[in-house]
Amino acid sequence: MENIDLILPEIFIALSIMFLLVLGVFKKKSSKIVFNISQLILLITAVITINETFAIDRVTLFKDSVVIDHMSSLMKIITLLGAFLVLTISTNYLKTFKLFKIEYPVLILSSVLGMMVMISSNDLIVFYMGLELQSLALYVLATFNRDQLQSSEAGLKYFVLSALSSGLLLYGCSLIYGFSGSTNFDIISSQLNSNEYVLTFGIVFILVGLAFKISAVPFHMWAPDVYQGSPTSVTLFFTMVPKIAALTVFIRFLYVPFLNLIDQWQMIIVFLSIASMLFGAIAAIGQTNIKRLIAYSSIGHIGYTLAGLATGTNEGIQSSIVYISIYIIMNLALFSCLLMLKRNNEYYEDIEDLSGLSKNHPLLSFSLLVILFSLAGIPPLAGFFAKFYIFMSVIESSMFTLAIVGLVTTVISAFYYIRIIKVMYFDDPKKSFERFTDYRIHGPIIISCILLISFFLYPSFLNDIVSKIVIF
Amino acid sequence: MNFPILSSLILLPTIGALFLFFTKDKEGNNSTAKYVSLFTTSVNFLISIYLWVSFDQSTSNFQFIEDRTWIEGFINYKVGVDGISILFIILTTFITPLCIISVNNSVKKRLRDFLIAILILESFMIGVFCALDLVVFYLFFEAGLIPMFLIIGIWGGPKRVYSAFKFFLYTLLGSVLMLVAIISIYWISGTTDVIKLYELGIDAKYQNLLWLAFFSSFAVKTPMWPVHTWLPDAHVEAPTAGSVLLAAILLKMAGYGFIRFSLGLFPIASEVFTPLIYALSVIAIIVTSLIALMQEDMKKLIAYSSVAHMGFVTLGVFTIQQQGIEGSIIQMISHGLVSAALFLCVGVVYDRMHSRLISSYGGIVSIIPKYSILFMIFTLAALGLPGTSGFVGEFLILMAVFKDNFLVAVLASIGVILGAAYMLWLYKRVIFGKLINSDLKSMMDLDRSEYFILTCLAIPTLYFGFYPDPLINTIEVSVNDLIDMYNKNLLIK
Repeated sequence: MENIDLILPEIFIALSIMFLLVLGVFKKKSSKIVFNISQLILLITAVITINETFAIDRVTLFKDSVVIDHMSSLMKIITLLGAFLVLTISTNYLKTFKLFKIEYPVLILSSVLGMMVMISSNDLIVFYMGLELQSLALYVLATFNRDQLQSSEAGLKYFVLSALSSGLLLYGCSLIYGFSGSTNFDIISSQLNSNEYVLTFGIVFILVGLAFKISAVPFHMWAPDVYQGSPTSVTLFFTMVPKIAALTVFIRFLYVPFLNLIDQWQMIIVFLSIASMLFGAIAAIGQTNIKRLIAYSSIGHIGYTLAGLATGTNEGIQSSIVYISIYIIMNLALFSCLLMLKRNNEYYEDIEDLSGLSKNHPLLSFSLLVILFSLAGIPPLAGFFAKFYIFMSVIESSMFTLAIVGLVTTVISAFYYIRIIKVMYFDDPKKSFERFTDYRIHGPIIISCILLISFFLYPSFLNDIVSKIVIF
Repeated sequence: MNFPILSSLILLPTIGALFLFFTKDKEGNNSTAKYVSLFTTSVNFLISIYLWVSFDQSTSNFQFIEDRTWIEGFINYKVGVDGISILFIILTTFITPLCIISVNNSVKKRLRDFLIAILILESFMIGVFCALDLVVFYLFFEAGLIPMFLIIGIWGGPKRVYSAFKFFLYTLLGSVLMLVAIISIYWISGTTDVIKLYELGIDAKYQNLLWLAFFSSFAVKTPMWPVHTWLPDAHVEAPTAGSVLLAAILLKMAGYGFIRFSLGLFPIASEVFTPLIYALSVIAIIVTSLIALMQEDMKKLIAYSSVAHMGFVTLGVFTIQQQGIEGSIIQMISHGLVSAALFLCVGVVYDRMHSRLISSYGGIVSIIPKYSILFMIFTLAALGLPGTSGFVGEFLILMAVFKDNFLVAVLASIGVILGAAYMLWLYKRVIFGKLINSDLKSMMDLDRSEYFILTCLAIPTLYFGFYPDPLINTIEVSVNDLIDMYNKNLLIK
């Protein structure tokens, strides 16, 4: 076996999961140590990934079924760091709800493993395997607070709908296999005869499945309920990490085997993008629960990300990746702020509860101010540059409808972001929240706010990294 | 590399704001914060005066240029000034310290945060006037929304939330279209550098659409009829210092944008759309003057008069003649001084009586004589009496319009008469007449700081009214070359 060290990160994580399970069984009261070890594992894996694969242009392994390239390395690192931060931030929350159990980090690690497999997949079977591994772990995570009705409901809903989409996805895979004779992306690409319209059916089915995973409209119905029902720390995980993996597969699937069919799928992506942007902007207006609002806003943000994908250019893909990276930073900071809203062992998640926050918690509300303006895409914050790059590539491809819709929805969505700011800054203060110092929450908030504010000093920082990602 | 004087102008207020951010916020007496911000803005004013002194008036080339790579391969951070922009920079650095002095009485809560917002806003405003790259310009132009939104929303009057939202969403909607246009320009011409674009020109077939996109942004910001409705609301609810900054400087961004970008980049489209601008400007002048006549609220009246005055500005810009554009610039500077002063005057009586209604005043001339005199100077300047800076601008604009289109000029002149009517009537109702409301008897005249601020504003208003040469000398060459370039680009395509 040559080049086995290239999948060292996956192997390392898989072994660690087994070790942690054994440790959890044999050692009493081991949750704290398991938590710490799994954070360490995620960091080590990130380091291994940087060391082993970051410099590699493109290598395929196992009869071309696994691919290591710049995109896979970068996305793996983002996934790993995201998962690490989720574990870091959620500690306090989990302890409050007595959910601080060994299963939590182990499940997160397993879903991360699944995502890494997805990210590297160059074959429909490998891809599906990774997808199911991550999904199964996510179902359990959604129901993690199993004594609470909402959480169980969220998990069940997610499971049923996700199974449905997996079914559609598999059907699409079988159609594509039937018409091209292979499950390998490279081979499909070379066998492809664009006259075979039935292939388009296969693409559509797979796109539906993938759109479900990133909750793009019209396959978004699960997102608000699941986001609201799941424990907040799990919602945080849901809104960020699985989307990276799904987006990577999206890119690879569209641009490796089916690049020649761009005329067929471009319309679909444009539709998904426009529908998501519009729906995400309009449906969020009436929300009162912040988690639900974030669900709708994340649908909108996925719309922008898809707009970059729809262009059919490498620049478009790069801008999508930049967008999702900045979105992750903003989202992470937003949730960290949510996890600060604690009073008497209860977390508050309604917009009303933020009323007059700036009086009692000036720093927290200032951070939220920065994050929300950034999400709304107001310069000079990082969120503006994310949108700017997307529009750059969209307009380069002369897709003006997409650009105009994107800009109009920016204005609409600015409305609900500044509504939260209004509640925090303009309204009368309510009871103050607990003041607790936990560097595991404060750290991420402060660092991400500094990143968001100072991004304009060197806005090509992310572009320099992603510019190596050339898919075709 | 010379000393980056423009960048330091932009950055200095932000540094001051950062410093304030880390000081402790004391409720009530917060003199440290005030002195720090006053110090930074005063230093900024001195720097800008130095800039004006060392500015070479004999050339229209951009000066004090700084050019640094900002986004690799895409966009450079490029700033510089010519005769047109330097006046706006000085106006900004001049008005901001006066605003900070004025917050004494009007801002009661969270003074430190207010000062931070004002300082940041100053940075952005200066940035707008010296940006020589479209993206850099957009960045500053748009970023100003955040502090202004907070200023209106946190420190404003009872309907502040509605006004803040209206202000934010209107201006955002206007400017996102400009963003599309800017990016399109990048893909059409391969650069967003204003100087290069001046030389290259932009393909004629794209100009109309791009012009409209820029127009949508500037029209909202100017504001032009019929998208002016956010302005009275924002003004009425904003605290005095906020209204002053809004009227004196933020509105000028759009007028500046029209001259710098609409004329400079899209001459062919400007030619096409001149009738549209004329029509909208004339409607703005007459309609908003009539509306101003009906107002009960002093601040609202002045806000509507701002719309009318900006109507003159757009009219002058699109005459595309030397006098017209010079007149517009002088009108903007003058309006910056006068409207700032008028809002401060309203603030003075509001702080004492907590009412902005005209009907609650009357006959105060004998109670507060100093105030009445200064208020009169600014009232007369607002209606364009010869000898005040308001006259110079309006006169030059009307002269240029008369050469171009007689009907428009006549209609605009009616606006001048209406302007005199509503301003004088306002003055009569507030200052003269019978003293009906007995509470007014206890009113105090101007205190030292108010007296200082209003005098500071009155001196240039009168000085430039009698002797506008320093302004005209500064802008003359730049405007002349702008028109030459305009005509050249018009012929080529």
